[in-house]
Amino acid sequence: MGPSNSNNNTCERSCCRVAMFSGLKEKVGEVLLPGDEFSLETDDTISLTEHVKPEKVVCGPGLRRSGDRLLVCKSGVLRHKQPNMFWMDSQQRRYVPAKGETVIGIVTVKSGDVFKVDFGGSEQASLSYLAFEGATKRNRPNVQVGDLVFSQFIIANKDMEPELVCMDSSGRANGMGVFGGGGLLFSVSLGLVRRLLSPHSGVLSDLQQLFPCELVVGMNGRLWVKSSSVQQTLVISNLLQSCDTMTAQQRQQLFRRVAQGAL
Amino acid sequence: MKDTPLSNCERDFLLKAIEEKKRLDGRQTYDYRKMKITFGTDYGCCFVDLGKTRVMAQVSGELVAPKENRPNEGIMFFNIELSPMASPAFEQGRQSELSVKLNRQLERCLRNSKCIDTESLCVVSGEKVWQIRVDVHMLNHDGNLMDAASIAAITALCHFRRPDVGIQGDEVTVYTPEERDPIPLSIYHMPVSVSFSFFQQGTYLLVDPCEREERVMDGLLMIAMNKHREICSIQSSGGIMLLKEQVMRCSKIASVKVSEITELISKALENDKRARKAGGRCGFAESMPQERITALKMDKTSVEMTDVSDRANDIVQKSEAPPQTVPSPVVPIPGVGQVGQGLQNTWGLEDDEEEENGEEQDEKITEMEEEQHEKEESRGGDVVEISDSEEEEVVILHPETPDKTPKNTGSSFHQKMAATSKKRQKK
Repeated sequence: MGPSNSNNNTCERSCCRVAMFSGLKEKVGEVLLPGDEFSLETDDTISLTEHVKPEKVVCGPGLRRSGDRLLVCKSGVLRHKQPNMFWMDSQQRRYVPAKGETVIGIVTVKSGDVFKVDFGGSEQASLSYLAFEGATKRNRPNVQVGDLVFSQFIIANKDMEPELVCMDSSGRANGMGVFGGGGLLFSVSLGLVRRLLSPHSGVLSDLQQLFPCELVVGMNGRLWVKSSSVQQTLVISNLLQSCDTMTAQQRQQLFRRVAQGAL
Repeated sequence: MKDTPLSNCERDFLLKAIEEKKRLDGRQTYDYRKMKITFGTDYGCCFVDLGKTRVMAQVSGELVAPKENRPNEGIMFFNIELSPMASPAFEQGRQSELSVKLNRQLERCLRNSKCIDTESLCVVSGEKVWQIRVDVHMLNHDGNLMDAASIAAITALCHFRRPDVGIQGDEVTVYTPEERDPIPLSIYHMPVSVSFSFFQQGTYLLVDPCEREERVMDGLLMIAMNKHREICSIQSSGGIMLLKEQVMRCSKIASVKVSEITELISKALENDKRARKAGGRCGFAESMPQERITALKMDKTSVEMTDVSDRANDIVQKSEAPPQTVPSPVVPIPGVGQVGQGLQNTWGLEDDEEEENGEEQDEKITEMEEEQHEKEESRGGDVVEISDSEEEEVVILHPETPDKTPKNTGSSFHQKMAATSKKRQKK
């Protein structure tokens, strides 16, 4: 799940000239702050005969169009994907739900036929008790308050209550549902979560060489780890939390040191 | 906003880890988190970092009429603010149970222990006394707010200087810091609170609980003590039965911790004093970033390792400190402040040249810019605008040029086709 298609709930399309595209291209990989803007460098004269071809740019999260300006609204690093996608890669911790994303939630209330689930967003999501694999009116799933659920958003909308389900479109659990006996839950930045979930994740391959462990990654920045002992689980959780602000070399060095150390 | 609930798995794991004498951040049972004390540029402003918990205390003084029953004693006032910045569970402007509890404990720790000589705060008996106000703001909540608050408050009180006051007959003059040096408060001793959390009905004990540990604990014992091992206040909450031996053990641990913390406080105060005397950067000025706008910082994670410290020392010794470039502003006349001149712009903006030119040129440029804006506005109608959604592409055209219509839509259509074909090729 790449960063671009995972979080493009704020995608918008803007029309501009080549200047905008090259302006954006120049800044790829640089740190930008909210309020930085890309504006059209308009010429003083416009030719009436020749039509200037508009060029499209797809703006992902963190970029917003206002008039013919393009504003940065999140601090982070500008990223680019061929042919014309741009987005801000930020290390924020506040999660905004998006449809189709899988998150780790904590059941807070059991009321009637829905559970209320806290996923770290601004409000709680609802999870129907029928939205589990094999659940019927008679056969209710065994969910207690305080349990962890790995589930997917089917409604994530700024005007409506978000709704979660624990099965895919064909009615299979597909890895979702209640989990979390004996492991540790902790949260990291959303940037790290996206790095963990990317197909060839360096963090994950480094971690694999250290200890065998079970890892559940929610797009909301929550991670759940279970390992053979309490000590190992704590080490993994601390390592992952410190990965947040490390470069690849620093991380590899740290992991190597842990592997050599007495554990 | 409601606080994030604690899941069952976290609770189970924490309790299991505590049984195995392990803590989330790799500390031992009686360890405090890393403590850092910093000061503001003004007197009486103090920041305390206790791991991720961050607290600020500000002391201020005011001349008021004394209380009737104590005409020659100054007034101490303590206030704890739990702002939503510290934790989303804290609400603005409402006295929560926690803030009342913390406030009460702080008062008992600092006022009732008579650590500050209130009689020295009297200016004119029965008429004017100093009211010393201590505001403690929580900036981040990661457990053990009480200890951080008490350390911040007593350090800020030690750091505070009140203006000197002179009396001639009936006249009371308050001198500015330039006329007479401000006077520190007279503080007899420094009480510091130490928190102990109990788990499994008092079977396990931890010092300096972090936020998640606080959530699963059964009871809390707070002991305020000074370095002479005098207990200033002791409070148990959570409703667990403690044995006499446990309380004795806690007070012994507290005495060790308090002497460590007091030493740290006095060292911090001394460092600050030296920095102020030398006229160097102190307080906030120290934290002024060096040509950097962002700083990613993460505390070291303590992981059990062997023979690493040697290598780390090696690395530290070999590496060189990065050169610190300190901008030095040019001051033409003493006492004249200026903004943005004589300094190199380090923000990497493109319009540096414009500022260097004279005022006349600047005016011209602004005029030109205005013209440009006008042009843009007049042109506004001509711009082909494609709306946000992909399906409905709206083409806004100038009404006077109808002959352009087919061409424009055609071209944008072509573009769309090109885009889609590109996508197909990619697939």
